Amino acid sequence: MAMMDFLTTRKDELVGWVRKFSLFPYPFVTACCGMEFMAVSSTLYDTDRFGAALPRFTPRQSDLLMVVGTITHKEAPVIKRVYEQMCEPKWVMAFGACATSGGFYRNYAVLQGVDRVIPVDIYIPGCPPRPEMVIDAIMKLQDRIAGERHPILPFEEQNPVKG
Amino acid sequence: MIYATILSNLKDLYERSWDSFGTLVLELPVENLYPLVERLSEELGFDLFLDVTAVDYPGREPRFDVVYHFYGSGHNRRLRLKVQVPEADPSVPSLTGLYGSARYMEREAHEMYGIRFTGNDDLRPILLYEGFEGHPLRKDYPIDMEQPIVEYREAR
Repeated sequence: MAMMDFLTTRKDELVGWVRKFSLFPYPFVTACCGMEFMAVSSTLYDTDRFGAALPRFTPRQSDLLMVVGTITHKEAPVIKRVYEQMCEPKWVMAFGACATSGGFYRNYAVLQGVDRVIPVDIYIPGCPPRPEMVIDAIMKLQDRIAGERHPILPFEEQNPVKG
Repeated sequence: MIYATILSNLKDLYERSWDSFGTLVLELPVENLYPLVERLSEELGFDLFLDVTAVDYPGREPRFDVVYHFYGSGHNRRLRLKVQVPEADPSVPSLTGLYGSARYMEREAHEMYGIRFTGNDDLRPILLYEGFEGHPLRKDYPIDMEQPIVEYREAR
């Protein structure tokens, strides 16, 4: 039994370590935060150092959805469809005040936080956020991914039949 | 000077005129709008239709101002027109026959203020979505009213 526990812990660490340094972000850029995203992903601040550099412009090949900018009610079906197209495992980052809470837009058009339609793992406040905040958020998300449990279960529990 | 020509030639079509920071403003009744704009575009060289929008004055009768802006690229002058329409019948003639660009801008003014442009056959929403109730830029639209088209998640 002790052998099994030891083996399980090793697998958690291994899978977490592999996953946390191979984040493939999908930047869903809708507004001015996109400028900040470009700054943080290019050479000066360089998210490549964290293994989160290569943006995949299709949700099917990415596992980190970065919602960068204001999401309107008209756009909500689009972001929901994008999220549903991503394969597991997937994480969502709300980048900036608008994606987090609607920001200063309290009106008929703007969704008051993207977490009303899709689950969000990490929020970055700021209008726009400083690059340091984005890097901090990526590192916090990586810590969380590394700390996830991956227990070895019987096949039926590991692959539940849905529907 | 184009402004002097407008003021003398179109005297019987507008009611009031004044200068607003160097731009001539004409206020006119709604039935004179189309004849006046026709002469602006055909005789006076106003070849660019810049914008149509509206202003809501709650409590005033008539409630809405419909505001037009024109520009003449030959003489480099702008012109603003103001037409008052009541809430009960907020309709003005469409200018799509004179300026093709009026199609989109009239759609925007229609969805935001509920102004009806008679003669524009395509008044679908352009910035809003199908199924949106009401006119969000009217002053009596609640400021925090939301009309989501995706159902919100339950656990928040």
